[in-house]
Amino acid sequence: MSPSSARGNLFAVGLLALGVVLAFALGRFPVGPGDLLRILWAGVSGQPSGLPPQLETVIWNIRGPRVIAAMLCGAALAVAGTAFQGLFRNPLVSPDILGASSGAALGAVVGIYFSLGIVGIQLGAFIGGLIAVGAVCVVGSTIRRGDPVLALVLTGVVIGSLLGAGIGLVKYWADPYNQLPAMTFWLLGSLAGAAKPDLLPLLGPVALGSVVLIALRWRMNVMSLPEEEARALGLNTGPLRLTIVAAATLVTSASVAAAGIIGWVGLVVPHLARFLVGPDFGKLVPTSAILGGGYLLIIDTLARTIGPVETPLGILTAVIGTPFFIWLLASARGGWS
Amino acid sequence: MSLSAVDLAYGYPERQIGRAITLALRAGEVLALLGPNGRGKTTLLKTLLGLLPPQAGGLTLDEKPLAGLTVSERARALGYVPQAHAGTFAFSVFTVVLMGRTAHGALFAAPSRHDREVAMVMLERLGILELAERPYTQISGGERQLVLIARALAQEPRYVILDEPTASLDFGNQGKVMAQIGRLAAEGLGVLFTTHDPNQALRHADRVMMIREGRMLASGIAKDLLTPARLMELYGVGIETVRDGEGRVAFLPGE
Repeated sequence: MSPSSARGNLFAVGLLALGVVLAFALGRFPVGPGDLLRILWAGVSGQPSGLPPQLETVIWNIRGPRVIAAMLCGAALAVAGTAFQGLFRNPLVSPDILGASSGAALGAVVGIYFSLGIVGIQLGAFIGGLIAVGAVCVVGSTIRRGDPVLALVLTGVVIGSLLGAGIGLVKYWADPYNQLPAMTFWLLGSLAGAAKPDLLPLLGPVALGSVVLIALRWRMNVMSLPEEEARALGLNTGPLRLTIVAAATLVTSASVAAAGIIGWVGLVVPHLARFLVGPDFGKLVPTSAILGGGYLLIIDTLARTIGPVETPLGILTAVIGTPFFIWLLASARGGWS
Repeated sequence: MSLSAVDLAYGYPERQIGRAITLALRAGEVLALLGPNGRGKTTLLKTLLGLLPPQAGGLTLDEKPLAGLTVSERARALGYVPQAHAGTFAFSVFTVVLMGRTAHGALFAAPSRHDREVAMVMLERLGILELAERPYTQISGGERQLVLIARALAQEPRYVILDEPTASLDFGNQGKVMAQIGRLAAEGLGVLFTTHDPNQALRHADRVMMIREGRMLASGIAKDLLTPARLMELYGVGIETVRDGEGRVAFLPGE
């Protein structure tokens, strides 16, 4: 590891640590780093912490699960975004380019429309995302002309807008007093509902997808080359592309199921990580994961604390992401370093 | 030991591009595919590399059918140098050359110490070690071409196939790249390159195959085959011949 990438990783880890400290220290029940450590130690050792039980409840049942969910979703979306930017050879790509988010959103609003309850809605979102990307892959692979990557992206755009129409239709049918606000809240993204029982079903697919993507990171360099070059270098591009798409879809759908649509993280974080450690995916993917966890955690802390009521995550990520991206576009020279 | 095509037909499912191609690329030999610019030559190279299935005919690598090899077996035997392009991401030159080691590692494996050493050796072999940490997107076209040759060599192949290696290069860089091609053959590799310049074929190739509109016009020893009459047939223009005192020959296009 070169000294500059070591410094970059140090920064990413520092941001994550800062995010954790802030997430506990801010809010209606502030927990300082000392108290946090004491309660965590009490949890590990089984000794009483000597702090009010109220505070322990906040950490173990409310703040803690939310912090973990934010870190997991942030890391997973960032890794998925990094993988997709390489796979589609385009730094403006985000993990929902193949319709994972739109599919998951449609699944969720259908769940809300039929009043399925939280488990039903989450399941609807997860399955909706998988079905949408599956459909894009099947339709895209029947297009035999030209570059298979381009065919996939264009199919994703087209099917994504069809799903958008579907979402609009369900919202149009929905009860405007009861269901519509719930749908809107879901589409803007929030971790407010992240509670302990949610974590396990989220953890499975997110961990599985992330592990696959992180394990494949050394091959992503080659996957970012033109199709025929990658094959000439010895990669079986077809199955590998499918694996990366499946893993990224798994984590995107699961995070939408847990927290609604959180845009921008998968688009912005890979660029920040590229600033820190350079474009080599072998280094970039782990740094993206750490940075994504810290980034979403800080945004979620902001969402909880800047107003009298929670601000939807999608609003904050867009407000922060847009100026950042405009600056990025204006300052990028030649290749994306 | 050779990469051989017998009565090969190639192209895309909806369109045949060439047929009746017979050639053999032998170890230690430079073979030039000479012909006017067009889509035919690159497509033939992709077929020889196993990237496109042949439409008919036989294609063997060291007496074994090419289609029977896995993607990574092919990559360890055949190095490919495409026409240089800038690429999307600003990978360092070293990272680009290291990608040549892909077929030598397992799917999930990080590059090994040996892989890094091989990449460094190839950079040194091509005289571009000082470029190692530069972004590939910010070096010149000639340098990129040398980097791609280093990447192909990092595959440790027995044959290297280059697509128009000098097409976008200035005069000086053309010389550098062509000198490397001669050196590779001297070290025992079979080298195949495409070109539209008969002088390059004459000077740097042992054998030449002339190809036009997907058909083989002629094939043989470079010095015997490259005559004004043949070149006139190939390019459809008059050819002037220039000779120096030592008997060396160069061709100039006429009308």
